[in-house]
Amino acid sequence: MTAHLPPQRSETVFEDFKLPLLHDAAVAEANRCLFCHDAPCINACPTHIDIPQFIRKIATENVHGSAKTIFESNILGMSCARVCPVEVLCVGACVYNDLHQPPIAIGRLQRYATDEAYAQGWRFFEAGAPTGKRVALIGAGPASLAAAHELRRLGHACTILERRANIGGLNANGVAPYKMKADRALSEAEWVLSIGGIEVRTGVNAGTDVTLESLEKDFDAVFVGAGLGADSALGVPGEGLPGVSGAVAWIEAMKLGTVDVSTVRRAVVVGGGNTAIDAAREARGLGIPHVTMLYRGLQDGMSGYAHEWKAALVDGVEAEWQAVAVAIEGDGRVQRVRCVRVDAAKRPVPGSEFTVEAELVLLAIGQSKLGDTMAALPGIRVERGCIRVDEHGFTGRPRWYAGGDCTSGGQEVVNAAAEGKAAAHGIHAELTGNAKAGSKRHA
Amino acid sequence: MPDLTTNTGGIRSPNPFWLASAPPANSGRQIQRAFEAGWGGAVWKTLGVPVQNVSSRFGGLTIRGVQGAGFNNIELITDRPLEVNLREIAETKRLFPHNPIIVSLMVETEAEWKDIIKRSIDAGADGLELNFGCPHGMCERGMGSAVGQEPAVNERITGWAVKYSTVPVLVKLTPNVGNIVPHGMAAKRGGAHGVSLINTIKSIIGVDIDRFVPLPRVGGLSTNGGYCGAAVKPIALHMVAALAREREFGLPISGIGGVSNWRDAVEFILLGSSTVQVATEVMLRGYGIVEDMTDGLQQYMRTHGFERIDQMVGKAVPTYSEWGHLDMNYETVAKIDADRCIGCQLCVAACHDGAHQCIHPQEGTRVPHVDESECVGCNLCQIVCPVPGCIDMAQVENGHAPASWNQHVNEGRALRPKKGAH
Repeated sequence: MTAHLPPQRSETVFEDFKLPLLHDAAVAEANRCLFCHDAPCINACPTHIDIPQFIRKIATENVHGSAKTIFESNILGMSCARVCPVEVLCVGACVYNDLHQPPIAIGRLQRYATDEAYAQGWRFFEAGAPTGKRVALIGAGPASLAAAHELRRLGHACTILERRANIGGLNANGVAPYKMKADRALSEAEWVLSIGGIEVRTGVNAGTDVTLESLEKDFDAVFVGAGLGADSALGVPGEGLPGVSGAVAWIEAMKLGTVDVSTVRRAVVVGGGNTAIDAAREARGLGIPHVTMLYRGLQDGMSGYAHEWKAALVDGVEAEWQAVAVAIEGDGRVQRVRCVRVDAAKRPVPGSEFTVEAELVLLAIGQSKLGDTMAALPGIRVERGCIRVDEHGFTGRPRWYAGGDCTSGGQEVVNAAAEGKAAAHGIHAELTGNAKAGSKRHA
Repeated sequence: MPDLTTNTGGIRSPNPFWLASAPPANSGRQIQRAFEAGWGGAVWKTLGVPVQNVSSRFGGLTIRGVQGAGFNNIELITDRPLEVNLREIAETKRLFPHNPIIVSLMVETEAEWKDIIKRSIDAGADGLELNFGCPHGMCERGMGSAVGQEPAVNERITGWAVKYSTVPVLVKLTPNVGNIVPHGMAAKRGGAHGVSLINTIKSIIGVDIDRFVPLPRVGGLSTNGGYCGAAVKPIALHMVAALAREREFGLPISGIGGVSNWRDAVEFILLGSSTVQVATEVMLRGYGIVEDMTDGLQQYMRTHGFERIDQMVGKAVPTYSEWGHLDMNYETVAKIDADRCIGCQLCVAACHDGAHQCIHPQEGTRVPHVDESECVGCNLCQIVCPVPGCIDMAQVENGHAPASWNQHVNEGRALRPKKGAH
């Protein structure tokens, strides 16, 4: 699938923000790990990777065993090593923080072990004995890939339906390129599929091209890992001008192809979440001299991670706090954003109007939710566009499971990986008639 | 400023730090640079009939990423012509008249000993060190540890050396014996003015697990070598102390074995050494380490009110006792400082898996709980704790009068109830 990517893509100008650890540095860092009992880092990881164990294996130069430990818990461990916000997960939980010493570089060590596994072509898992059961998975992102891989280990046949031309989901289309580029994500997806027995149908929209009812009829179970929909619109005049784009769509264009920013001197990114910060950092990285984030709250109210915003500041991103766009203007294409200040209650402050020049405006105020498509099926409960599931990914309708952003509204790759794997076990239990331990069905 | 000068069996030195007979003391130019860096004395790498060496010669032991925590070598005595060594000894003495040069010697016959002793002293040796310790290569030729392991041979050759020497004679002892004391006593009976110990320990430093050959590898073969470096210090400290506390012994000791810094030196001195000899740490880091050794030792002496080294020598020897004399009723328990604890729970794993199952996780906090009624005071938790000062082994005032095992057996003194023995 990597062959589908043009070699020259806008994202290829980016270099890794966090550099890989070379062998000696990895061993030295691994030797710093205390091998905590009931380690806080494990509990901080949604996939509960046995982090002290994989690190100890790096220290003893058992890299094969280290990678196996990682993939045993998280088959997407290679991409998670790059894209996880480790600062607020495992690394943030490292006890060295309390000792006022640098925490263990868990993400970089995980990258060391998993990159070696890819470089050496190691394979760790085999498909289980065929059960004769068939599972359809909607979407080819991290949740479905993790679910499909686990289902294959359990012996169930899998068919992935993906509406795009490429697999990988947000890992391929949305991850900031200074963390991971699309070709790497596609390699991972192919590596996951190499367990065999996973049919992939791209360009298929579940719900329209294939009805949900037919899926239910043709398969023994369905996993919904459809992710999120299109960028939300602001609802202000001028939004349709050329030069105005949803941030997620723009990032995807940059990652899978090229975006032309040669004439852009100023860009505005609307929003305060991680997509907004990513878009702003990427715009700077592509060479746009002035990038301003427009956020309706104050810095400490941003939903984006503090460490990401700090990196954006280093990259030269500027911000207008407590500001909202009221109109986008320009002669034939965007030239400026008219803004107004808001107070703490998000009410416009009279007389505070101001204008920011911009030849590119990226809207990062959220994405539409796809859950309502599923609400058509009785028993599947949808709240605010998100499919509601229990800890096994069970939707409430027999043989229907879900995980990833379509259930959470937008979390990390590692959450999707954990949810996909959990759902696989939920599906397995239902298909094989085994009770799911601790199941708390909402239905 | 504390006085660092020392006297080991009549060999006076401006400070207690000597280069041991080893690669760092192989040539005049090296030893001159060492003296320039601040080393007090040097034991010139063993003279004898020049040998030929192999490659490779050294092996390092890496422990949890720390390279050279232990070390071994299969290098023999000097491979340089005797005349060259003697000329450089004379030249070095001329340049550094106040820094003692102790010449290490290893030959076979009495006539050879007589000859090489005279020539060494003529060259300017301030003392001699008889190499009765080398555990590889030379012992197969009836020298080195082959001498040191036989008290009668040790005594006889020491006697020759003392007879022909006009400068103090130190006997370098091998640790490759069951009990060091008879060997120190043999040196004393032979008339030695002091002993130096330990020489290296017979060892295989590791195995090349891909080629199936022990290390260090010489082509397709290997051989046992001499183990040294920081990891051997505990063995050396015991042997030094075993001689130092022996009433009949009483000879000055030059301590060797894993001395890497001033703290190690202080330990050797407190257990009876008046000088210490260093090789491996110099091989790993160079002569410059002596600056901190000198500085650290002086600061230590100031802190403890010592004005001269001899006030420190053997200061800890009287407290090195027999197990039967230890107070069985002295009781400690682990106390975890909740404010310092970082919640790693290494103590939980260590206590549960490796000790007496008395440290437990608690609900609602990462700080573990010590069940003091079960704690035997073993120290394991304190040893694994990564936070300095977090775990204190606190004495328990249990009301039991002191009682050693010997007192219990011989006098019927009461022992406190056992803990953790159910």
